[in-house]
Amino acid sequence: MTEWEAVIGLETHVELQTNSKMFCGCPVDFGDDPNTSVCPVCLALPGALPVPNEDAIEGILSIGDALNCTLTEHSLFYRKNYFYPDLPKNYQISQYTFPLCVDGRLEVDVDGEATTVGITRVHMEEDTGKSTHVGEGGRIHGADHTLLDFNRAGVPLVEVVTEPDIRSPEQARAYGMELQRIVRALGVSDARLEEGSMRFDANISVRPAGTEVLGTRTEVKNVNSLRSMQRAIAFEIERQIEVLESSGSIHQETRHWDEAAGVTRPGRTKEESEDYRYFQDPDLLPLQIDEAWRDRVVERRPELPAAKRARYRALGADQRTAELLVDAGDLAALYEGAVERGANARTVGIWLTGEVVRYLRSAGTDVGDTGLTAESLAELASMTDAGELSATAAKDVLAAVLAGEGAPRAVAEDRDLLQISDRSAIETEVAAVLDQHPEALERIRDGDTKPIGFLVGQVMRATGGKADPRMVQELIRGEANG
Amino acid sequence: MPLVLLLAAPVACTGTISDMPIDIDIARVAGLARIALTDDELAEYAAQLENILDHAERVQALPTEGVEPTSHPLPMVNAFRPDVVTGSLGRDEALAGAPEAEDGYFRVPRILDES
Repeated sequence: MTEWEAVIGLETHVELQTNSKMFCGCPVDFGDDPNTSVCPVCLALPGALPVPNEDAIEGILSIGDALNCTLTEHSLFYRKNYFYPDLPKNYQISQYTFPLCVDGRLEVDVDGEATTVGITRVHMEEDTGKSTHVGEGGRIHGADHTLLDFNRAGVPLVEVVTEPDIRSPEQARAYGMELQRIVRALGVSDARLEEGSMRFDANISVRPAGTEVLGTRTEVKNVNSLRSMQRAIAFEIERQIEVLESSGSIHQETRHWDEAAGVTRPGRTKEESEDYRYFQDPDLLPLQIDEAWRDRVVERRPELPAAKRARYRALGADQRTAELLVDAGDLAALYEGAVERGANARTVGIWLTGEVVRYLRSAGTDVGDTGLTAESLAELASMTDAGELSATAAKDVLAAVLAGEGAPRAVAEDRDLLQISDRSAIETEVAAVLDQHPEALERIRDGDTKPIGFLVGQVMRATGGKADPRMVQELIRGEANG
Repeated sequence: MPLVLLLAAPVACTGTISDMPIDIDIARVAGLARIALTDDELAEYAAQLENILDHAERVQALPTEGVEPTSHPLPMVNAFRPDVVTGSLGRDEALAGAPEAEDGYFRVPRILDES
């Protein structure tokens, strides 16, 4: 039985959220009626000339920088020529040789194991229009005619191409998630797969494990979530292995993921790269990214998700808590605010990713719409640390604070949840209970620890449940050993 | 309408650039560009492209040592525009030149699968 190894490379398209399109002043806005955000440039009317959007160039450079790429000093725009009705010019302005960013890498954590995915290139291009096939259930096959909306044509699009370094569907998904986090942290795109502002194509082949030669690859398209990307890749790997093991061969082709059926299906035969007749776009000047510009990109780099997770882990959060906090930006802000105010980072992390997330989900609200602030989190944490609130009572108080019932101390007082943490007051109660149960104390002294729980229970009852049980137990043990 | 080129024999133009033999299948290039050419036109363009290849060969032969490679005839770089919305055509105007329109969309004949 041959052991197979999957070899996967990903191409990711990311729409940049600029105000205006890549080469003209039309607004980037998809909520509009069809063909309202179009002009002579993005409709390719004769004589119209493209001028690049400087913020889009800044955006792609920030992505390249975050992916540890070399930012190319001299870069060029090319025309990628092909014919499809959603492409008004019959070519897409893209990059070919001399893309803006090359030779990067991204560290990707797969089930706690650090892996590295090489980034071949990150280049700038423009998006196409949207086509709607009319008739036969919206499919190309058998459609009667096609309607075109060019509002999306010319929206800045960044393509990130990896090396064939990915070996599993899980690693592909982890890469996708990390890339999504990065572009969101950079603030350059909302990177939503379901809305198409982030799109993945996967090049997949298999080969006998331990061999170097690449097998024939297929390209899988049409995944609209990270989960369906993982499923599509897993399916395609299995399909290829099955074909090869039954002495068949893999055809180089584009395959489309059918989410409902859970299979990939063949689409058009992949065109060779030369068919696009790439040539330098004579309408556009060369780009020169000088050292000052590259330095500026590095200076403006925000704290990236990986660095933030590492910082949270150093504060005492576990990997999963750190991930959850970093992924939910508003919770991370609360976490940092509370920790800055001296709160125990571990406690606050557990609350935020536990109670708070549960509350937000069930209430269907954002944390900004609740009564929870960094101040109230810090207050609650300090009350718990001081033994004024039990762990259970703290959760009740937290729920009340989230529901907008007031600040933690006020809520705890209103509900009579404050524990007696005054040592001398508890000592008095412990002494009284021990007086009533001398036989229990004797048994403890004889080495039987069972009565400790009983005595703690008696003290808790005497104090109406408000004594700090840890302190009570400590005092009883002290008496028995003293 | 999809273009189909039916030719008895491919018309090619040949030349060398930097000692690399170049062999261009004119009919294929025309097909990629969706340009319909008659046999006579194919022969005519083959001759013209041979001239262009000859010229490229002569340029290649020039001594260029010490000359910076250029990728553009203009001595300029980085013509940008600020990320500002400057407005669009009205939809009616945008669709005015469309051979067919429907509900605010450009309407085109059905797309044939390329496979």
